[in-house]
Amino acid sequence: MHLRRDIFQAIADPTRRAIILLIASQSMSAGAIASNFDTARPTVSKHLKILIECELLKQEQNGREIYYHLNPVKIKEIADFIEPFRKMWDDRLNKLETVMKKYKQKNRKISYGTENKN
Amino acid sequence: MEQKTKINAEDGRQELLITREFDLPLELLFKAFEEPGLVEQWMGTKVLKLESKKHGSYRYETKDAQGNVVFQANGVIHEFTPNRKITRTFEMDNTPFGVQLEFYEFEKLTGSRSKLNMHVVYESVAKRDQVLKLPFAQGLNYAHNRLQEIVDKLK
Repeated sequence: MHLRRDIFQAIADPTRRAIILLIASQSMSAGAIASNFDTARPTVSKHLKILIECELLKQEQNGREIYYHLNPVKIKEIADFIEPFRKMWDDRLNKLETVMKKYKQKNRKISYGTENKN
Repeated sequence: MEQKTKINAEDGRQELLITREFDLPLELLFKAFEEPGLVEQWMGTKVLKLESKKHGSYRYETKDAQGNVVFQANGVIHEFTPNRKITRTFEMDNTPFGVQLEFYEFEKLTGSRSKLNMHVVYESVAKRDQVLKLPFAQGLNYAHNRLQEIVDKLK
């Protein structure tokens, strides 16, 4: 089975995180990006390729040069990744609250006529 | 609107904190964790066993309409102090997430309101992050599956 690369894999590498930070403010060509790193140009190209596969970066042809810029939609996906987990717990605990409110009403009825200090 | 359930998961740590305030008296909130029949209702799973006491253990199981087991979890209770605290382990069967250690603290706010603090510790940072991503990944999968269903209907 071929597994598609995901965005969390993309940001697991420090060089790729540095690339993201670098082009956060402006789009840059591959050469300009590579000049910021000590690593070999093909290594930087490999990282760029992964970031594009994950759709974190987008390419744009500008004259003879290809410029890279961030894909804000995917960046937001990273920022929001904890939200489904929070939502799962929120739904579950909302359910708890509803279940216990019903339980309270039911038990009030039962305890009527006997002792009820609540 | 302010979110009722809050999650605090700091970067690079193997734990997380879930906090939530309830419009329920402390005793009722605690009861929801103590009685198997109530746990079943809000967790949406069958409770095969729940011994709410120190050194007790528990087992959950969920089956789909065809009777296939879709969720199984178990753990042991290390500390059980009514209306105050539960310390237990939690493990989902047949998953790579390992055992997690959970500290549930119950707090009285007013006569009719209470608060739950869940402190969950994972075996490693990587395992915690995997668990956090699970509903996210599932959400994406569901979206893809839905898309597939729609596309299949168009064929």
